[in-house]
Amino acid sequence: MVKTSYMEAGKRALAEEMRRDPTVWAVGEDLGRGGVFGQYAGMVEEFGPLRISDAPISEAAILGSAVGAALAGTRPVVEMRFADFALCAVDELVNQAAKARYMFGGQGGVPLVVREPMGMWRSSAAQHSQSLEAWYVHIPGLTVVAPATPGDNLRLLKAAIRSDDPVVYMEHKDLWGIEEELGEDEPPGALGSARIVREGDDATVVSWSAMVRNAAAAAEQLAEEGVSVEVIDLRTLWPWDRGAVLESVRRTGRLVVAQEAVSVGGFGAEVAATVSEAHFGNLKAPVKRLGAPRIPIPYAKPLEDMLRVGPDAIADAVRAQL
Amino acid sequence: MSGSRPNLDLERLADRHRRMHRIRAFEEQAVAALQEGLVLGAIHPSIGQEACAVGAVGSLAREDLLLSTHRGHGHTLEKGASAVAMMRELFGREGGNCGGKGGSMHIADFSVGMLGANGVVGANINIAAGAAHAVRLKGERRIVCCIFGDCAVNRGPFLEGLNWARVFDLPVLFVCEDNAFAATTRTEAMTGGPGPAARAEALGIPARAVDGNDVDLVAEVTTELRGRILDGGGPQFLWAKTWRLTGHTAVDKAAYRDAGEVEERWKDDPIARAAETLRAHGVADETLAGHREAAVGEMQAAFEEAKAAPWPEDGALYADVQDIGDPREAAFRW
Repeated sequence: MVKTSYMEAGKRALAEEMRRDPTVWAVGEDLGRGGVFGQYAGMVEEFGPLRISDAPISEAAILGSAVGAALAGTRPVVEMRFADFALCAVDELVNQAAKARYMFGGQGGVPLVVREPMGMWRSSAAQHSQSLEAWYVHIPGLTVVAPATPGDNLRLLKAAIRSDDPVVYMEHKDLWGIEEELGEDEPPGALGSARIVREGDDATVVSWSAMVRNAAAAAEQLAEEGVSVEVIDLRTLWPWDRGAVLESVRRTGRLVVAQEAVSVGGFGAEVAATVSEAHFGNLKAPVKRLGAPRIPIPYAKPLEDMLRVGPDAIADAVRAQL
Repeated sequence: MSGSRPNLDLERLADRHRRMHRIRAFEEQAVAALQEGLVLGAIHPSIGQEACAVGAVGSLAREDLLLSTHRGHGHTLEKGASAVAMMRELFGREGGNCGGKGGSMHIADFSVGMLGANGVVGANINIAAGAAHAVRLKGERRIVCCIFGDCAVNRGPFLEGLNWARVFDLPVLFVCEDNAFAATTRTEAMTGGPGPAARAEALGIPARAVDGNDVDLVAEVTTELRGRILDGGGPQFLWAKTWRLTGHTAVDKAAYRDAGEVEERWKDDPIARAAETLRAHGVADETLAGHREAAVGEMQAAFEEAKAAPWPEDGALYADVQDIGDPREAAFRW
């Protein structure tokens, strides 16, 4: 077992896939010097500058050229630096990568991973902090992954690289340093499969990415009060593990969805709607969504903190359902 | 004029004349089919621009890769796609190149290296640069040809994609097929500076400007630039100036141009120009008329075959979205 950070896990996944498959390569700004957060540190020494490639600050070209490189038989992993910057390449991702396989009648696929570090981190403010996962879930053709642990970052990034379709891979910047003991041999994980973080019978809390920590902390608080909460980490938002959520809510009759993103139109709405459609008659309380208000993310820490859905808010939401 | 060049090869020009007629006939047949309601969505004819398709794409090798535009019937035919499959695609039928799911604007034939037309102006430039990146990574000996229109030079991907090709020294030939119109607006009114070639040169990419209605000239320069790329010369740029003789789409009557101007431009029709050169060198009128008749016959047959073809099976609706996840799940109530 090796103690591995969330960031190191991502690097290990890419390196292991690059050793296994010579068509895998990575491209993005500053990769030759380790990437903006250090996720690629040392990789150019092993793989050379053709496979760990620097790029101009040209998001549309980074993503658009990756589409062409994928159609022409390689498996690019592109680094968008911040999820917010990927908005400079929306056409390339949404109109090109996501559609090519379908509109060309299956003649060619786009095996492409788009790494989009997401979320609030160190007062990065409105253009470097967003959680836009729901946008991508809305686009047919895209797989969307948001891992919450180092182990999942290792296993799911491997799975994403082996996917024959484009994957939007959203690592949360606030998780880079968290650590976990990982085995020497970690095979790819299953995309579309949730993780039951903690079992429980009284209520179900669904979350993903960094919010899973807060959901687990809320469950801990509630356990001390004798309330048994099941915490589910979706891990993949498309396809998402409806079965795990529906089975859990069938038993508990209560659902809280907690997300860092703006709540309006967020992925939590999809979870809430799905559970309401399937379990309306079995619910013991209305489904509750927690998320950010619909405002840009402010810089000042006290203001930013007001946006955050913390463990207390999640615990309160569960208590209100009891 | 073609005839003024010393290296005139009559047989070769006759073959190019024949192939330009195939493109013309395909598009005329497609326009007729649109009027009958058989072509379902918009089509963008390239009538008057056939010398670019035959000259540029016809000078590529089978193994070269091609990215095209919404006005790409000629490019696709010249790369070697089946006219029947293309007509079926325009009709939305089974057996179309894309199984009837792409249509004219998204036509592709990967089996001949045609990696797609594109419904978004300029979007193919970055894709082409990336395909060339893959060619280089895999150490293959072939080039990528990217054709786009004059209006694409005003989009961001033109700057980003050309710069990308230059800094990574990629084997890609950019062809600006300048038909003088951005949809219904004259491109010159919307483009600053001296134009596409100067913009390419500003990014360090050697550029050549040619008369895009001279099929032999387009072919000659394309062949030369392709050779330079294969010799390690990096990306090259060709600006082929032509003129769109018909509307932006098949239903656009192009009333924003006066009849006199259009009539004048028809005198420069690339097919008529090639015919004139051939005739001046003794090629019989009936040979030239035969090219036209054969092309019309071929495309009428393609029309009939497409008309008789079945619609895609219902299962095609959900096929080829992505390997995982069921696209049907969320569309129905539980």
